[in-house]
Formats: sequence, C-alpha cells, structure tokens
Amino acid sequence: MARRLTIVGFLSPLLLGFALFFVYPLCATVLYSFEHYDQINPAEWVGLQNWSYVFTQNGDFWPAVRNTVWLVVVMVSLRVVFGIGVGLLVTSVRRGRGIYRTIFYLPYLAPPVASTLVFVFLLNPNGPLDRVLRAVGLPAPSWFNDPAWSKPALVLLSLWGIGDLMVIFMAALLDVPVEQYEAAQLDGAGAIRRFRYITLPNIQPIILFSAVTGVIAALQYYTQAFVAGQVASGVVTGGGTVVEPGYPNGSTLTLPQLIYSLGFQHFDTGAASVIAVVLFVVAMACTVGLVRGSGGLVSTRR
Amino acid sequence: MTTTMARPDRVVTSAPPKTQRRDDVLVWIATHAVAIGLALLFVLPIVFLLLTSVMSDRQALDGSFWPTTWQWSNYEHVFRTPGFLVWWRNSLVYAGVGTALTLVSSLFPAIALAKFRFRGANLTMFLVISMMMLPPQVVIVPMYVVWSQDLGLSGSLWPLIIPLAFGDAYSIFLLRQFLLTLPDEVLDAASVDGCGELRKVWHVIVPMARPALVAVGLFQFFALWNDYFGPQIYASENPNAWTLSYGLETFKSAHHSNWNLTLAATALVMLPVVVVFFFAQRAFVRGVTLTGVRA
Repeated sequence: MARRLTIVGFLSPLLLGFALFFVYPLCATVLYSFEHYDQINPAEWVGLQNWSYVFTQNGDFWPAVRNTVWLVVVMVSLRVVFGIGVGLLVTSVRRGRGIYRTIFYLPYLAPPVASTLVFVFLLNPNGPLDRVLRAVGLPAPSWFNDPAWSKPALVLLSLWGIGDLMVIFMAALLDVPVEQYEAAQLDGAGAIRRFRYITLPNIQPIILFSAVTGVIAALQYYTQAFVAGQVASGVVTGGGTVVEPGYPNGSTLTLPQLIYSLGFQHFDTGAASVIAVVLFVVAMACTVGLVRGSGGLVSTRR
Repeated sequence: MTTTMARPDRVVTSAPPKTQRRDDVLVWIATHAVAIGLALLFVLPIVFLLLTSVMSDRQALDGSFWPTTWQWSNYEHVFRTPGFLVWWRNSLVYAGVGTALTLVSSLFPAIALAKFRFRGANLTMFLVISMMMLPPQVVIVPMYVVWSQDLGLSGSLWPLIIPLAFGDAYSIFLLRQFLLTLPDEVLDAASVDGCGELRKVWHVIVPMARPALVAVGLFQFFALWNDYFGPQIYASENPNAWTLSYGLETFKSAHHSNWNLTLAATALVMLPVVVVFFFAQRAFVRGVTLTGVRA
C-alpha cells in the first residue's frame, strides 16, 4: 500500500499535467469544433457547420494540406538522405572528426527565428547568394518571394540544421560490426556494394525512426515558415500585429499556421478547432506507428 | 538506444591490402575535399551574418561580401533599442526558471517509469510519447481561453512557465531512457539499508543520473530559449513580456531596411547558444544520441 502511494506520488506531476494540459484541452477542442465561438460572445452549438466550412469552403485548408504533404515528401526524405550522407562523411574522416561534427551540428541549435532571418537575408533578391549565382551565370530565383521557390528555400534551411540526424546516423554507422565490412572486402565487394548490402540493412531501423520523427516534425512545422513569410513579405508590422501567414501566395502555409491564423487572427475558434482535431488524429496515427514499428527504439517497455 | 559517441578512434573500414593503397589515397583526398567543401558551405551563412552585421546601412542592402567600413556601433545601436535588454532578461527567466521546474517535475515520473513495476506502466509510457509528439498548436485555442479569460494571465510568461511544473514529456522520456541503464541492484541495496524513497532519489539516483540531468537541462534550456510560438501567443500583447526570439522578428519588422542592424541583433541572439554549446558539447551530443528526438 505504501508502495502504491509512492508510485502515485512520483507520477503525480505527470498525471496532473496530462489531465490539465492534454485531456482537458483536447476535449475542449473537440467541443469547440461543433460550436460557433468568437472568444467574446457565448459559444453556440452549430453541429457540423465548422467541419463542412473547413473541408468545402475555406480556401486555405487544402493548400495547407498540400504544402504539408510536400514538406513530408521532399523535406523529410532529403533530410534523411542528407543526414546519412553527412554521417558517412564525418565517420569516414579520421583526423579532425570532432571539428567537422561541431560545424555540422551547431546550426541545428541556432534559434529558428535567428536562422530563418539569416536565410531570408542570404537568399533575398539582392543578397549574397543572388550575386554568386549571377556571377557564375546561373538563374537566381527569388526564393522566399517566389511561390515556386519558397518551399525549396525552407528545405535549404532545414538541411543546414541537419545536426540532429547527423549525430544519430553517426552513432548508427559506428555500430555496424567491422567484421562484416572485412568479410565483404575479402569477397571483393566494392564501396557501393558494401554500402548497399551491409551499411543500409544495419542502419535501417534508424532510417525508419528518423523518417517517422521527421514526419511528426513536418506536421508541426511552424516557426521557420511563419517567420520567413512575415520577414520576406516586407510588410512593416509592429506591436504584435502580423500579416496573414503563407507568404508568398499561400505557398508556405502549413496546418499549424492555419490554426493560428483562424484562431488568433480571425477569432474563428470553431474552424481552428476542426483543423486541430484533424492534426491531432494524424499525429497520433504517426505516434502509434512510431511505437509499433520502430523496432524497440521508442519503446514503452522496460 | 545506448550512447556510442565516445569512440572517436574506432575505424570503420579495415586496413587494406597493399595493392589498394593508391585507391585509398584517392578516396582519402576525395573524402576530405567533400568534407572541407561542405564545412565551408555550413560556415558561410554565419560568416555573411557577422560581416554584414558591421556594414553601413547602405552597404548592407547591396549584397556586398566584405564591409568597406567596420561599423561596430551597430551592436551598440541594438543594445540601445528600447526593450532589447528586457527581452534578454525575459528569455533568461523563461529558460532558466522553466528548466529548473522541468528538471524537478520530470525526474520523479521518470524514476517511476524506469524503476518501479506497476500495472499501467506501458500505457503511461505511451501517454508520455503521445504528449511528446503532440503539435503544440492542437491544444492552443482552449489553453489560451483558460489562461487569458479565466485566469487573466495573458501578456505575461506565466502561461508558459507554470505548465513546466507538471512535467515535460520530452524530458521525462529522455531521463527515463537514461535511468533504465542504471542497475536496479544499487537501489535495492539502498532499500535494504533502510533508505527512504526521497533520500534514495537525492543520495543515490541524482548523483548517478547527473550527466542525464545536465543533458536534459541543456536541451530544455535551449528549447525554451528558442521558443517562438509560446511567446507569440501569450506575450505578444505586452512588449514587456517579449522574449528575444519573439522580439527579434519584431525588430526586423521595425528595421525592415536595415539588414545590418537586424543581423547584429540576430548574432546576439545566437551567441549564448554557441557559448554554452562549446562548454557542454559532450552533454549535448550524448543527449541527442540517447533519444534521437529533436529538442
């Protein structure tokens, strides 16, 4: 009995936090999604009206879904490939490995607002990259000011922050048994075949893990896209007022930004809550996939 | 997952036969060329950031690479900006107090999940992972209604700090992963010696879990230092409650034609991160490897 009390006592911050900051707001969000509520007048039950509004009439919902899918496909896969590449590079360098690791890791820690500002500056239509590209005779797109190039610009920014994946893949690559490489080399396998038949199978669980956590991160993608849109739009704001997210032309709008825009700029709590519920369901599905399919990397068991 | 970073001497490929030596030299050269080139690309944004931050107003706009005049007064100008020091203080309070609260409130649940056997432990662990993966925007609308309308605390950092006294899912997960690696026998021995639960935590677990506590503390500190969404929601209406991350974007907005000033401010926001990283590099890397999840 005393033991059970100890366990509950130890768990109490978590259990209280779970009730107050997870269960309660989730239930409230589901409820809000069936109500008309502008945060001033009392809420009013409207049934499925918000749901049909979001799915059929709101002009931003499906573009935001498409942007999110684009980010999941392009940004997540490029990050995984680049993470493996940089991990391979750093593990195959013997001298100065610590220096390389530091250089490739540090940008990941930079505050997202700061690194986004730096990239908006680097890629601005009259900025350093623009001049380099013109100097070597390449076309210089307007990046954050061009709907076709704004998402690729965000991908560049995300590749600069590859540090987390690099460290994970370095650890995985160093864990591949050396004997397997030796055996393959004796059999005359070249570097490409060794990578294909030894390295890849060995690091496959980590690839899956980083892909799923990447998808979950893409579902939450907010700060970089929001700040890039605000800053690149060049609209002078101040005192907390902001322009609509998604600049240019909705090309950087994601679902979390749409929740912010609907809930805090348009005070349409109902529509914001509909999108929140959708996002929750997708995030939970990914989480279940992560726990089930990660081969014990993210395990609930001891 | 176990930590494997501390093995810099381990060799990936074995020693080659003599006939392959020429190929190896070529591979060595190619590897280093790619590594140096990529490292330069990674450093360049920071170099441009620093160089542009000391340019004159006019030069910063024309995409120059090298400053013709070194205008160090840009940094002075940033410090004199009304509010900049207040944002700095708010960021320190949010990240500092928040991290302390997180460590205390997350250690106990982590111990329970790693060292106690009880019914529902798997379910509780699943809840922790779910909370960790939940996009913060999913629950923001009702939380804002509670904090601003029911409690009247919007326009301050309290709505961001108070929840950290109720455990942080990511920190609980990370601490639990580490505590799993500690042998149960040590705790059992302490129990046999008649050590109470709280004394056991303080005298046995905390000293052994110190590296993990440092890593988790650092991750949380920077997660809070870097946080933009939270301050945007709760602090935006009151400039006295703005943090550096939030204030920085507003700074850019107010100085929209002064990239030199904006980048000087950006450098000052990045600086603490870089300084702390160099003092605590090992703990950082260990933390990432331990969980593989972003901070």
